[in-house]
Amino acid sequence: MNALRVWVEGVGLWSPQLADFAALRALLAGAAPAPPPPRPAAATLPPNERRRAPESVLLAVEAAGQAVAMSGHDAAALACVFASSHGDQAITDYMCATLAQAPAELSPTRFHNSVHNAAVGYWTIATGCHAPSTAICAQRASFGAGLLEAAGLALAEQRAVLLVCSDTAGSGPLDEVTRCRQSFGCALVLAPQAGAAALARLDLALQAGAAIDTPLPAPLDDWRAGNPSAASLSLLALLAARGGRCELAAAATLGLRIDMEHVA
Amino acid sequence: MTPLAVTACTATSAMGSGLAAQFDALAHARSGLRPNDFSSAPLACWIGRVEGVEDFALPAALAAWDCRNNRLAWLGLQKDGFIERVHAARARYGAARVALLLGTSTASIGATEEAYRRLDADGGIPDDLLRPAIHAPHSLAAFVAAALALEGPCLTVSTACSSSAKVFASAERMLRLGLADAALVGGVDTLCDSVLFGFNALELVSPEPCRPFDRARNGISIGEAAGFALLERVEAAPQAPRLLGYGESSDAHHMSTPHPDGLGAELALNDALARAGLDAAQVDYINLHGTASQKNDEVEAALVARVFPPRTRASSTKGFTGHTLGAAGILEATVALQAIEHGLIPGNLGGDTPDPSCGAQFAWRNEHRRVDVALSNSFGFGGNNACLAFARAGVAA
Repeated sequence: MNALRVWVEGVGLWSPQLADFAALRALLAGAAPAPPPPRPAAATLPPNERRRAPESVLLAVEAAGQAVAMSGHDAAALACVFASSHGDQAITDYMCATLAQAPAELSPTRFHNSVHNAAVGYWTIATGCHAPSTAICAQRASFGAGLLEAAGLALAEQRAVLLVCSDTAGSGPLDEVTRCRQSFGCALVLAPQAGAAALARLDLALQAGAAIDTPLPAPLDDWRAGNPSAASLSLLALLAARGGRCELAAAATLGLRIDMEHVA
Repeated sequence: MTPLAVTACTATSAMGSGLAAQFDALAHARSGLRPNDFSSAPLACWIGRVEGVEDFALPAALAAWDCRNNRLAWLGLQKDGFIERVHAARARYGAARVALLLGTSTASIGATEEAYRRLDADGGIPDDLLRPAIHAPHSLAAFVAAALALEGPCLTVSTACSSSAKVFASAERMLRLGLADAALVGGVDTLCDSVLFGFNALELVSPEPCRPFDRARNGISIGEAAGFALLERVEAAPQAPRLLGYGESSDAHHMSTPHPDGLGAELALNDALARAGLDAAQVDYINLHGTASQKNDEVEAALVARVFPPRTRASSTKGFTGHTLGAAGILEATVALQAIEHGLIPGNLGGDTPDPSCGAQFAWRNEHRRVDVALSNSFGFGGNNACLAFARAGVAA
């Protein structure tokens, strides 16, 4: 078998232009949604953590919070798959610059926030979640690989799973090799069965060979080119349009074909 | 769960390169730690460095992937006939049916650090390091996929020090769902300034060789390692040792210190035992996370004391290798598998004056006895916990 069927119960989205999934829907319907404030609200975090948290954590938590709220699930019960191609680029830039100049002055807080699982760590702490949680990456295939991991976890364990995929804009010299032009974060709550909260059914099938990106209208095509996590826009656009098929990279040499059907 | 066969494995660390060198170090209680001769600026600590990584070149066709982490990966893959076993699996199942799931904490961040130490005149990445793929955390798995021509699901798990334990769980799910017929799992982390100065900033690095579970322990020693295992269905190799279970959990407590009551660690342990269909009393050996940090060892020793009978033997092998971070899960999985194969319980090297919290389960010196079931614990920053359960073929779960 190489096909997986899961149900989407919640969708979250944040970029400098789009405050949430409703804004994407509005945009695709021809409206001009108001952009969000420059800093993601990340209301799930306690106020102290929200003030101190790096942007990468705020972005992931904002998208996650939206999707979980839409799904109606208790966040504490959801297994978590957090994907990001580059992790926290501002911290990587800070660490490499500090290590090159004055390594003994490295900030301990920035160091423990540099781990790839920082966002999912803060999320599980804020929500009291003891379920399995993971942080993954797969370069430009991070969303597709994360979707495969999350759908597999949902089906294998018969439990709802929170998938988040986010990358911040590049910082400093590192930007030359990551080429992330702007932040983009999204989240899905996936369930193994059709429940009352189901918005859409996804049939995922592995396709040998490199994936060909499904064409997207402007400005989504530019956003997708400017951030690896925005590869998810192919699927998010389908969800907004209420049905259809798209293809995503699940790895450098493996595609994921997704057939989406709107529910109810 | 339905067990999986571990049809091949290999490990390279400060104990040596390959399983035979590792077993020799364990059998002779020989630590691989040495005074720090690695960091770009002096730092008084001990490290678990792999000999000769810097002199080991990648094949010309893979030169674009060159960096310390990928060199260590390639060096590790050469040992114990491991590459040949992967090639055989690829031939048997097809390149798209072999999943590649690797764990790493910092991947090739060392190459990014180097780029920042010698930025060019415009403040940009120097030309020889202008290779985007090595400045991303997926560098390791992308390199191994290219080097071994694997085309199946390919994922990097980066949950700090539990990374290369959690890949066993991802692999089991993929095989169970029929997304792959075999999985290459493992992990590689290399010494770099980020972790040496980072853990130093957190005041977690010992100026001496680490002393896990010692009353006077004063921090970790950082090491590097590469390890790999090939997982297939049991029918493919009925005599091979088995992955019986795994457990995963989140502490939901703190970013850099474990839950004081070991809540997440115990959830992961219970999950692993339940999947394996085992009682704690059936466990012969448990390779502990045992980093030699104050908190980890205190919490983990209490967990061992409250869950296991004295006949279960327990030790940390961080005194041999240092804490190899994202590679610790796979490295210590191979130690657990060697305990089963050779009937050797490695002594808890460095623990000369046992912490009072340690129970009778601790093996302070090497012990020789039959091991049918062995566990391995791995806990990471962010409160990310994993526990693996392995058994000899034929051991009824």
